[in-house]
Amino acid sequence: MLSRVAEAIYWAGRYIERAENTARLIRVNSHLMMDTPKGISPGWEPLISITGLGPEFEDNKNAPTERSVVKFLIGDIKNPNSIINSLGMARENCRTVREIIPRTAWQRLNKLYLFAKENVSSGLTQKGRDQYLDGIISGSQQLNGLFASVMYQDEAWHFLRIGRDIERAEMTTRILDVRTSDLLTDAEEQFEFRNLKSVQWISILKSLSAYSIYRRTVHVRVNRSHALEFLFHDAKFPRSIAHCFTSVEESIGMLANRDLPLKALRMVVHKLDKQNMEDLRQQELHDFIDELQIGIRQFHNVLEKQYFLSPFQNVSGE
Amino acid sequence: MRIDLTQYDPGVFYDETMAGKNRARSYSKELVKLFRKMDEDELSARQTAAELAIKEMGITFTVYSERKGTIDRNWPFDIVPRIIPKNEWDNIEAGLKQRVKALNLFINDLYNDQQIINDGIFPAEVLADSKNFREQCMGITPQHGIWAHVCGSDLVRDANGTVYVLEDNLRVPSGVSYMLENREVTKRIFPELFETYAPLPIDDYPAELHDMLASISPRKVKRPEVVVLTPGIYNSAYFEHAYLAHQMGAELVEGRDLFVDEDECVYMRTVAGQKKVDVIYRRIDDEFIDPEVFNKDSTLGVPGLMRAWKANNVALANAPGAGVADDKVVYAFVPDMIRYYLDEEPIIPNVPTYRCMYKDECKYVLANLDKLVVKPANESGGYGMMIGPKASKSERKTFAALIRKHPRNYIAQPTLGISTVPTIIGKTLEPRHVDLRPFILSGKHTSVTTGGLTRVAMRKGSLVVNSSQGGGSKDTWIVTDSRGS
Repeated sequence: MLSRVAEAIYWAGRYIERAENTARLIRVNSHLMMDTPKGISPGWEPLISITGLGPEFEDNKNAPTERSVVKFLIGDIKNPNSIINSLGMARENCRTVREIIPRTAWQRLNKLYLFAKENVSSGLTQKGRDQYLDGIISGSQQLNGLFASVMYQDEAWHFLRIGRDIERAEMTTRILDVRTSDLLTDAEEQFEFRNLKSVQWISILKSLSAYSIYRRTVHVRVNRSHALEFLFHDAKFPRSIAHCFTSVEESIGMLANRDLPLKALRMVVHKLDKQNMEDLRQQELHDFIDELQIGIRQFHNVLEKQYFLSPFQNVSGE
Repeated sequence: MRIDLTQYDPGVFYDETMAGKNRARSYSKELVKLFRKMDEDELSARQTAAELAIKEMGITFTVYSERKGTIDRNWPFDIVPRIIPKNEWDNIEAGLKQRVKALNLFINDLYNDQQIINDGIFPAEVLADSKNFREQCMGITPQHGIWAHVCGSDLVRDANGTVYVLEDNLRVPSGVSYMLENREVTKRIFPELFETYAPLPIDDYPAELHDMLASISPRKVKRPEVVVLTPGIYNSAYFEHAYLAHQMGAELVEGRDLFVDEDECVYMRTVAGQKKVDVIYRRIDDEFIDPEVFNKDSTLGVPGLMRAWKANNVALANAPGAGVADDKVVYAFVPDMIRYYLDEEPIIPNVPTYRCMYKDECKYVLANLDKLVVKPANESGGYGMMIGPKASKSERKTFAALIRKHPRNYIAQPTLGISTVPTIIGKTLEPRHVDLRPFILSGKHTSVTTGGLTRVAMRKGSLVVNSSQGGGSKDTWIVTDSRGS
């Protein structure tokens, strides 16, 4: 398979997943805001730093209000990672390799992109937002369904899956990071707002479609350390970080010249495995998330260098 | 209402289907019989069904507009096939083979001994001013001496029924994928006609193309690596590039997928490492294929490609420089080339052509601008030409000035009353002008598509058939005339 084609498919996988998770991110913050008393609410500003888009946002010269942040994340064409741009990039990448993407999936992606573009204004209203985000999330999930059910499972499929799952792992860490940016201290975390906290963790689980599984497999009562353990380490939940890594590892295992990417992936997997989630205070959790994100980025760089066109030459064979 | 052919009137033009009002040509009888039985609504319903099929099959071509950027348009197709009897076609096929054989000998001669110039048959000054002559190709003889591996020659028929070659496209002619897809659509739309007619099949073209490309591989291996090189998704013929690659089971590559290594061989970058490429069917113009040699700013090409080609480590189809014969002044010399190289008389005539570089011919052109079609030597797609009888006074004046300034750049031909074929306009059939582009493949052997792509000018009276300028297309049938004729 041509490197250019592999790269396009990998990015298509990433961008579709990025759009879905940006929608989830906005959703979890909306719910957190509703569940948090006014005085202690962190507001919308953290979403900007969590997505790592500070400079792009500052270009707009807007105060980080609910409206400006949501607009930036959904429909700002200057934000390279806005939902609209992510879907646009997914579409461009698929366009160049249309022979490889199932026809129905290509059509569904087109439809999703048009939906995202045409409904931006309703997505910006408080009333229409949930429905808009739901349209993005379910569209992305339908695409995954199509890929799973009709796509030939050759190298193209593996690159698509690697892109999707590495992005999912990364975005799950970002969604969890929303919680760590909370202004509350660890002391408050433990005593004063205990009930409130459990409500907030429920919000996070819900936003990752994890709440009912959590209740069934972990416990009816939601607490911080169990929720973290579940979202980082659970081997069977498809959005947990551990599960994403396993799936990436499986697909890498099907490729030629896999030694270096596999080694880079195992380094970050090892980091994840050895971390005890219960011990982590807020700041430590944030630092650990940072570490994971760096590991994921390093893995991507190795992957790019090994398999893709730009900006590196191919690393020669095994 | 039944379809009424009593009013069908091609006027002074030769109609490919009808011999006169309400009178079918012998080989069109069954087709016309079907129309006579058909309701007008059914005809337009079948046309609509064909358009829907084209949409579903994703048969598109890309147009570029300043305002909207690039747009994929559905391929324009008229369901009424154009029929050519086999005995006539056999003669055309022989004529095309003869022509392309002479053209390849000519190109190879120009880049080597230039015998044809030394013998005074072809003027040196035409070569000196040739836009598509590539000095970098001097001294090279590609595999089998073939330069123009894929040639698309445009044929037209005048009012007397004579078939002429209008031009030869030797650079990167396109349209063959539409020829193939048109047949697929017609099979869906007129299944009953295939029982009466059995038009000769055309779908072995991708296999023929692949065999030809494999036959020019410098490396003699069982399965040489053949790739199709495209400028990318924004090119107007991208559909065709993807289609042919897919049909041949070849990789569709862009310039950045390829590189020339220290061994002066071409490789493609794959996830499993670099893979050697033997034959490149390139759909990028000469100017852009190698920034080391031609246009330095080209990002579409592959640096070093010309070195690899000259070292005979990779084959390029068509060979760089083949476009030297894709020049309307050179065209005028093709009959002479056939006599010179093959010692044969041309089987298919040229359209009479006045070369403005010759004083007496130029004088005639300037005096008869209102009767002639004036064409620039090196444009394609119907751009930059003037149709005398339809041009305004000021247009004629502009062209007279252009011709005086650059006589070498212009030729003129009489306005041909090219033939017509019944075409669906609204709910009824009207005559519309057509041409025909067969494709000739030359490698170890030469082969010609069975028929070709018929293009049709959809506007009444129009002679412009280019799809970029509103032309449509038709399926082309080569049939054995039941009367044997």
